[in-house]
Amino acid sequence: MYNFDYEQPSTIADAVAALGAEDAQALGGGQTLIPTMKQRLASPSKLVSLAAIPEMKGVCAEDGAVSIGGGTTHATVAAEAGAHYPALADLASHIGDPAVRNRGTCGGSLANNDPSACYPAAALGSGATIVTNAREIAADDYFQGMFTTALDEGEIVTSVRFPIPEAANYQKFVQPASRFALVGVYVAKYADGVRVAVTGASEDGVFRWSEAEEALNKNFSGDALMDLSINPANMIGDLHGSKEYRAHLVGVMTKRAVAACG
Amino acid sequence: MTQVTMTVNGRTASGEVEGRTLLSSFLRDHLSLTGTHVGCDTAQCGACMVHVNGEAVKSCNMLAMEANGAEVATIEGQAAPDGTLNTIQQAFQDHHGLQCGFCTPGMVMSAAALLKDNPKPTEAEVRAHLEGNICRCTGYHNIVKAIMAASGQDVGAIAAE
Repeated sequence: MYNFDYEQPSTIADAVAALGAEDAQALGGGQTLIPTMKQRLASPSKLVSLAAIPEMKGVCAEDGAVSIGGGTTHATVAAEAGAHYPALADLASHIGDPAVRNRGTCGGSLANNDPSACYPAAALGSGATIVTNAREIAADDYFQGMFTTALDEGEIVTSVRFPIPEAANYQKFVQPASRFALVGVYVAKYADGVRVAVTGASEDGVFRWSEAEEALNKNFSGDALMDLSINPANMIGDLHGSKEYRAHLVGVMTKRAVAACG
Repeated sequence: MTQVTMTVNGRTASGEVEGRTLLSSFLRDHLSLTGTHVGCDTAQCGACMVHVNGEAVKSCNMLAMEANGAEVATIEGQAAPDGTLNTIQQAFQDHHGLQCGFCTPGMVMSAAALLKDNPKPTEAEVRAHLEGNICRCTGYHNIVKAIMAASGQDVGAIAAE
């Protein structure tokens, strides 16, 4: 890993100021960024740790939504969000392994937008609002392809607001070595419609499966999905699974998620 | 270089580090606490697991500066000053919860974190908790047995599968 300067501000304003430096990069829990830097795939001149900013931490429920601070660890979400939004807490409790969950953060995962990460599926599947130091971004506008988001240079995810659904479930087919999703499907049923978000499968990162949403709006059951299929052309194909295999898994995991919604 | 200070196994420890100095490097190279093992150096194997402010973390995936001011516990602080093993360590010895021993410091620290939150875990919970600890000898059965025994449960019925 190339060397860098390190700063640990205690307010969002100071963090934004520190990120104004050339090639500065925000550091959440570091569970992706530090390995990436070890491989010299990233070499920021400065890391600005967001770990000591109290206003970016915590879980709170308000007005039918649960708000997660950008610096909140997966372990905290797993432990504290369950009373408000069980499917979200369950998703957080299966990210990586226990030690990774003690460091990795909600904001860090969403800012990175790994095509196989779990949180993007929860945010897109819930129609969440990504709150930054500068603005609020709807999840539908936020995810813009593999490792690409609507965030500007130096913009920080300070919190994420997840509307609480009537029912929701996340089904992850785990890639056994990395614990990332080979395919993960998040299904959430709201009064104004069903949302289905798929992670791990597409070359374009997390996406909504709109045909499944339409079918489930008419009939919220696995039977409604029987005639649907996903075009494998844009799926990820690698040594862990072919494009066709992933396309098939999207259907299977969606059916399981719907069944688990009860 | 920047000065960092943390409490390691109850004692204050300071040193000059670079931004890129990992917590695992600080413990091993600066403090000579080489019980914390670096296996994969990619945050997968868990041999480097220590506790930071009471939570299990992989010290190869955390910067020393991120632990500035923290309470750090390593395998060296687990036994009593006279060398008497703690309950978990003794259980690992009694149940042969190690083969080559390389992963053992991480396994013990991981087990300690589990039993703090869940004093009587089921076998399935122990196995799920060890997801981030890899034993290259694949000696998991006796590791699970040792952790169950350390929690005070009868392990007579747990046989190797």
